[in-house]
Amino acid sequence: MNWLSIFSDPNTQWILMGSMLLGVSSGVIGSFAYLRKQALMGDALSHAALPGVCIAFMVTGTKSIFFFLIGAIIAGILATVSIGYITRHTRIKQDSALGIILTVFFGVGIVLLTQIQHSNSGNQSGLDKFLFGHAASMIQTDVYTIAGISLILVAVSFLIFKEIKLLSFDPGFAKGVGLPVVFLDQFIMLLIVTAVVIGIQAVGVVLMAALLITPAVAARYWTEKLHIMVILAGVFGALSGFVGTVVSTMANNLPTGPLIVLSATILFLISVVFAPHRGLLAKNRIRISAKVEYEHSFTSKEVKEKSL
Amino acid sequence: MTSPLTVRNLAVAYQKKPVLTDITFSVPEGKLIGVIGPNGAGKSTLIKAILELIPSLTGEVEIFGGSYKQNRKKVGYVPQRESVDWDFPTNTLDVVTMGRYGHLGWFKRPGKRDKQIALECINKVGMAPYADRQISQLSGGQQQRVFLARALAQDADLYFMDEPFVGVDAATEKAIISLLMNLKKTGKTVMVVHHDLNTVKEYFDWIMLLNVNLIGFGPTEQWFTKDHLQRTYGGGLALLEANSSPIIVSPR
Repeated sequence: MNWLSIFSDPNTQWILMGSMLLGVSSGVIGSFAYLRKQALMGDALSHAALPGVCIAFMVTGTKSIFFFLIGAIIAGILATVSIGYITRHTRIKQDSALGIILTVFFGVGIVLLTQIQHSNSGNQSGLDKFLFGHAASMIQTDVYTIAGISLILVAVSFLIFKEIKLLSFDPGFAKGVGLPVVFLDQFIMLLIVTAVVIGIQAVGVVLMAALLITPAVAARYWTEKLHIMVILAGVFGALSGFVGTVVSTMANNLPTGPLIVLSATILFLISVVFAPHRGLLAKNRIRISAKVEYEHSFTSKEVKEKSL
Repeated sequence: MTSPLTVRNLAVAYQKKPVLTDITFSVPEGKLIGVIGPNGAGKSTLIKAILELIPSLTGEVEIFGGSYKQNRKKVGYVPQRESVDWDFPTNTLDVVTMGRYGHLGWFKRPGKRDKQIALECINKVGMAPYADRQISQLSGGQQQRVFLARALAQDADLYFMDEPFVGVDAATEKAIISLLMNLKKTGKTVMVVHHDLNTVKEYFDWIMLLNVNLIGFGPTEQWFTKDHLQRTYGGGLALLEANSSPIIVSPR
């Protein structure tokens, strides 16, 4: 297939647009999850979304993002409440609670998914793509929905940027100045769940966690300023969406989700190695130059002493 | 004249273990108060309960004659330095500007005036050369100064500080205490959770002795005595009469 011809296909243009917008919003939202040290929460929420989405499909019989969203939000709330309850009322720590809840919800989701596929409702095609995504199945209205929700997510992040920043840096102080910390926390969860749901078609629930966190972690390597980090995470997300979708379109039948996540991971690896200041190469260079300088000052002193 | 802070019958428990019981006191205006007591006495808990950061079982807290929610803007808080991740992507000026957020309300960004106030506060704590410095590159003492500057930017009348002297060098400690004394001079009230008994007499004009119960609260010369301290610390305290400075001998 000709490299450039895929860009002239209007259908592909829509799909590309969809995955890029998805990358932008999940990168931006993921930054906040990452800074709140809730990277694993993104994982739990995306796995928890599966049973919610399945139930929404079973109840309504339609593949509408709106109903999926409602299902995923309810499942997400249930999951976070369970995790919170376990952490507060037992001796189990949050990481173990996350591990338990994540797998239970995902297990239920898989059972429901299998159930749906065996029932011959005739409308279930494409549901198996929920796991790893299939961007090619996106149609124009899907892209419109994704675009609309992405815009809302980014706009909301922009509006309450100051509040989220304070909450992420110092929740105690945030509560002190009167921010409704619990509400904001729940609200950020809601944003994460929303990002997961719009990513179901393109990336799938399993890998949405990676698309939320990887661009944010990669962006953190390049800057020491929060707003730049958030913007960069959005750009990295969009880039991953673009590359992943293009590769998936060219190589027929390769699932889009894993390719998008792999693109994000490559971006992450590049960041780890090459980022200025924080990257491995930069750190090595600084260490070596410090060592050389030290040795140099040492030997020059020795020379002076000898010459005396 | 209403007291900056009045607490009545405050009780706090973690799960079922009582951490604070029946705390009742009223703080006079313009005092620098040291909160003193052994580990686990509930010193930080008291401050967090007053600021409603943790739930209390019973009790009332009145701040300048109203509830904390009403008079939130009159209260400044310096949490323990370790309570935040200092690798957060932001710089000194940004953190200090956060002190203004309480005055801004939702959606509004800090303006020129807020930046100006933040810079003045940074100057007051002697951090002007570090205003643009990434916070992960600050030393422990500098981080403490940044937190202090942020509290100053809140422009409050009643300040709570949770162990501001832990892990800072002598120069920073002196700088912080002279700043607190200046605050006191301008009529502000400051409550400081403090550990080092050697400096209590020098720093504070009032002290609060705390060990789950309120042991004593009043002028330092009246309460900073061997008897009262031993009642607060139990058997863990040894007093060296020679130089009359008490040291804590941990039973463990």
